Amino acid sequence: MFKDPFDPKTFLGRRCSCGGRHAEADHARLTAAAQPGSPEVRGEEARWSRVVDAAVLRAVFPVDAQRRLFLKTVGRATAMAAISSVLPLGLAREAFAQGGAPEKKALKIGFIPITCATPIIMAHPMGFYSKQGLDVEVVKTAGWAVIRDKALAREYDAAHMLSPMPLAISLGVGSTSVPWTMPAIENINGQAITLAMKHKDKRNPKDWKGFRFAVPFDYSMHNYLLRYYVAEHGLDPDKDISIRSVPPPEMVANLRADNIDGYLGPDPFNQRAVYDGIGFIHLLTKELWDGHPCCAFTVSKEFATQNPNTYRALLKSIIDATAYAHKPENRKEIAKAIAPANYLNQPETVLEQILTGTYADGLGGVKKDPNRIDFDPFPWNQFAVWIMTQMKRWGQLKADIDYAKVASEVYLATDTAAMMKEMGLTPPDPSKKTIMVMGKPFDVAKPDDYVASFAIRRS
Amino acid sequence: MAILKNSLGLRAGLLSLLILAAILGLWQIATMPTAASGPAVDPEYAKLVGNAAATGSKAALPTPADIGATIWGHLSDPFYVRGSNDKGIGIQLAYSLGRVLLGFGLAALAAVPLGFLIGMSPLVYRALDPFIQILKPVSPLAWMPLALYTIKDSAISSIFVIFICSVWPMLINTAFGVATVRKEWLNVARTLEVGPFRTAFKVILPAAAPTIMTGMRISIGIAWLVIVAAEMLVGGTGIGYFVWNEWNNLSIANIVTAILLIGLVGLALDQGLARITRLVTYPE
Repeated sequence: MFKDPFDPKTFLGRRCSCGGRHAEADHARLTAAAQPGSPEVRGEEARWSRVVDAAVLRAVFPVDAQRRLFLKTVGRATAMAAISSVLPLGLAREAFAQGGAPEKKALKIGFIPITCATPIIMAHPMGFYSKQGLDVEVVKTAGWAVIRDKALAREYDAAHMLSPMPLAISLGVGSTSVPWTMPAIENINGQAITLAMKHKDKRNPKDWKGFRFAVPFDYSMHNYLLRYYVAEHGLDPDKDISIRSVPPPEMVANLRADNIDGYLGPDPFNQRAVYDGIGFIHLLTKELWDGHPCCAFTVSKEFATQNPNTYRALLKSIIDATAYAHKPENRKEIAKAIAPANYLNQPETVLEQILTGTYADGLGGVKKDPNRIDFDPFPWNQFAVWIMTQMKRWGQLKADIDYAKVASEVYLATDTAAMMKEMGLTPPDPSKKTIMVMGKPFDVAKPDDYVASFAIRRS
Repeated sequence: MAILKNSLGLRAGLLSLLILAAILGLWQIATMPTAASGPAVDPEYAKLVGNAAATGSKAALPTPADIGATIWGHLSDPFYVRGSNDKGIGIQLAYSLGRVLLGFGLAALAAVPLGFLIGMSPLVYRALDPFIQILKPVSPLAWMPLALYTIKDSAISSIFVIFICSVWPMLINTAFGVATVRKEWLNVARTLEVGPFRTAFKVILPAAAPTIMTGMRISIGIAWLVIVAAEMLVGGTGIGYFVWNEWNNLSIANIVTAILLIGLVGLALDQGLARITRLVTYPE
């Protein structure tokens, strides 16, 4: 922390012994801050304000001894008031931090207890929200329909959703139409197909006729990926198998009760089925599409426009937490932070296996795949277009839409890129993203041709 | 006579204990850990999975001793708060009770006067009957999506669901109780030229009170059944949320604890109303 420049005992030297234009005491901090990605790059309003105060004081009292004498004689409050009358310190601080104080500090964010929500959840125990001056309560929610209704009812200020949900809500598909935005993806990969133990010899999807599968929600990557996968193997997902919507936490219990034969679901419930000897991991979704999006951090458009500073602070904490979760060396610490009953309520070893990618597959083998789940906030518009082609393919979306327009309105890639730049991270080039699902390339410029290229489809 | 009655009570108590012991004994035998029968597993793999999966079987049910330890753990610290999603079982029960009493209280405020009206007027009775008959058998949880959609507040929605499930038995019982007050009593009141309000409060209400209380007893039982399901659906707080949260973790011991506590609280609610019923009943 920077020293308080209004404290007469503080020594504010102008030059450091290293020759740089900063105080000796600030040397270590400033040089560390120069390296992007170090923890010091993270914005901290309090620290910025002291930096600004110190700079202003130095300008007013070029000789440090005079400043200390002045402060000692008139006192801190008078000095602050006197200087503020000449130069409003508040404004200078604000300009420096590029953003005012949040309009709303006490926020409620809904989440589903799955590892996809890791950045949203861990930001609470690990202090990423409070660092931005926000007082966030993360509320565990029972299912996707409930989280959607609570978010639409403004009970939550922001919500963890599946990446197709903000598109569906904005388009009014399976919901009332409300403009919804997704400024950050939470995780990429990190899902799996889990089958009941009794099917351990039926590894070829062609043998799955009549299987009952569960997915978390109709508007989920899970649903689209499972449909895609079985359709590529010649099964019609609406006729040859049955797919039902089951809240993720209830999947393992249903698998145990033999209500379903398997599921394409989020972790920790794939690994949990293995942990309890109920099912095995047939494949990770990264084997279908490496780098596919899954869950998302979403807010209503209304909230973002009415509370621009809160929105910025929130997005900053999420990007910050996501960048932290991206680093493999932090994963064990995160597993420990989100395991308690207040968050995921799971055995720590289950979460550790998911996050580190060294896991038991349920068939007696230990597999290693560090990219089993990864965290990357960038909301590629290409993802949105792909998702909408699948909505179209399976008949969820009937009307003709302008794919690119909807994508850019909901997936706020520009906001995210600007924020990443501000935080010292390098945003990717928004146009450079290739999507390859099960070896088939996707051309974002020709979504309708893509839909028409599938033999099994509903439209 | 007293001795015989006592000895009957004593014998019944003994029999209850015997049944309990038999259940616990069977449970213990059924959940005894079996010797590892599956193929030997790689120790590195065994470390990553639960005990049961390591021996090639499914996770078993907890033993009575496990349950006992869990119950003791909850009862020794029932009011802890470890964040907004992890509160002690005492706090969760208090949330559920609060919702039930609020929803039930509102339902009583609506059902008793309306029931009175229906019971006293055959015209209103006939006019409202089709609505009551259609709405009565609807599962209260079916109202939940509609409530969430229109009320736009999950806390009020769950109270609404309690309201809607507890209103019917009270309404019907009040109407029935009021309609079946003995004609002689009403005639006596009429002969004595008692005003309609006085008749309602001094003659009909005391006569119908036992029937009304029975309706309330049915209602609170239903409300307590429904709150668990409603809270599992909406989440956040309450004993239903607790069950759901432990279901996530497949923690059967915690769920059994919750089941026992739900049963005990339900019993207490029922007995409380039964006592009030006895207070308002008088021998003819």
